[in-house]
Amino acid sequence: MSARRLLAGVRGDAPLSLAGHEAVHGPAPAPGPGPGLIEAAQLAGLRGRGGAAFPTAVKLRGVASQRSPRSVLVNGAEGEPLSGKDRVLMRLAPHLVLDGAMAAAAAVGAREVVVAVRADGAGAVESLRRALAERAGDPASTIVTVPVAYLAGEESALIRHLDGGPLKPVVVPPLPFERGLRRRPTLVQNPETLAHLALIARHGPEWFRGLGTPAHSGTALVTVAGEVARPGVQEVACGTPLDAVIAAAGGATQALRAVLIGGYHGTWIPARAIGAVTLDDEGLSAYGATLAAGVVVALGESACPVQELAQTMWWLAEQSARQCGPCSHGLPALAAMLAAIASGTAPPDAGDRLVLWGKQVTGRGACRLPDGAVRFLASGLRVFAAELDEHARRGPCRACPKPTVLAAPAGRRVAA
Amino acid sequence: MSRHLRVDPIACTGHGLCAELFPEWIELDEWGYPIIEHGPIPEELLAHARRAADACPKLALTVSAADQRAGSLNGRRSSKAADPSRAR
Repeated sequence: MSARRLLAGVRGDAPLSLAGHEAVHGPAPAPGPGPGLIEAAQLAGLRGRGGAAFPTAVKLRGVASQRSPRSVLVNGAEGEPLSGKDRVLMRLAPHLVLDGAMAAAAAVGAREVVVAVRADGAGAVESLRRALAERAGDPASTIVTVPVAYLAGEESALIRHLDGGPLKPVVVPPLPFERGLRRRPTLVQNPETLAHLALIARHGPEWFRGLGTPAHSGTALVTVAGEVARPGVQEVACGTPLDAVIAAAGGATQALRAVLIGGYHGTWIPARAIGAVTLDDEGLSAYGATLAAGVVVALGESACPVQELAQTMWWLAEQSARQCGPCSHGLPALAAMLAAIASGTAPPDAGDRLVLWGKQVTGRGACRLPDGAVRFLASGLRVFAAELDEHARRGPCRACPKPTVLAAPAGRRVAA
Repeated sequence: MSRHLRVDPIACTGHGLCAELFPEWIELDEWGYPIIEHGPIPEELLAHARRAADACPKLALTVSAADQRAGSLNGRRSSKAADPSRAR
């Protein structure tokens, strides 16, 4: 399953130097203003790889149409705890990310590029710094580190933080493409998206569509975590079967109960469906899932899914900025009810309350933290209905005291 | 032009006056925060909407022309994905 584009030429753990990078990919075409690259991104069908899958061309066009001066913000905050792909990419292929950022800056007419990397991504920061020193003729570029937090990747919170404020979302609109860094129109893109853009600038949209599916084109970086022999980052063609990705991660180390796609805002796929699912948004839509930022977590039979749900909801509740009432009250209430179910002490209408509160919380925050938490919970309620019912009636199971696979301290369970 | 009620979720602290003044359009959730009906407010209810907005001690409630939605976290795909004003 060799679909290496972004990670082409990467050997082991060594970052590609500028010479190595150009030997693999060829020199970057001279970046230019105007519709060329934006048109190419549209024809390629490139969508954002930070989670939202928003069409990249639409965003580029949105910023290009704003007044000057404009900025580019590379969002490498990677707040999703089990994701490692952005740090891996920035560390091993820093020039590809920078090529994409510079090409995007030229396309939208931005004069500055800011790269935000999570604070524990020292390897990525060092690699980007070295890469910047090797390059000439780029617009002014800065690398900044941002705290390790779920909301660090939420773009309005990230911008507010970089502008000297707290790491908390603001009510939008205006969106960053209208008013972003220092109130300038700002293109915010995930590092992987920009790396794809760099290759589209070189090889064109038809080449890009040579891998992936018509509806979900190209390759994607996925981070495989949980009960597999070799957890870590892979590059796969979109539309690759889920079981092939698990096999490429060394295979499951025990019988699987379910797989979580998309991380803590993601969706559970039951074990019986693992052989039928493909990793592209069309294939995943049958399960209400999207590939999002490419996190794939294999949950084994030895884990207690009720604990996974309960503890992850606690974790998400703790990540709330506590600015909006429905989120700051609703998520702890949902987490507490799940904990009560896990211990067999929940009231008889616990399930109904989870559903009602989930509905009440959804869509009512300044950001989508509560919406994602509820999506994660709702799919858990469907896939683990039997286990939840069992706990509600009989109390904790034998697996309950074990450490959970999710809601682990950031970065502990994935090599980045 | 159609009018909508919009709450600033960060400014709102759940006083709940709005739901008392305009129950046809606003109910309170489990924790006392307003859940607002989507869609345009009928002409005959517009005075109630304005009264509810004026009564908010946090100025969190506004009657506005457009049904603007809050953005998304890390974002999930927007329902109107082709409109940049709804990106992320």
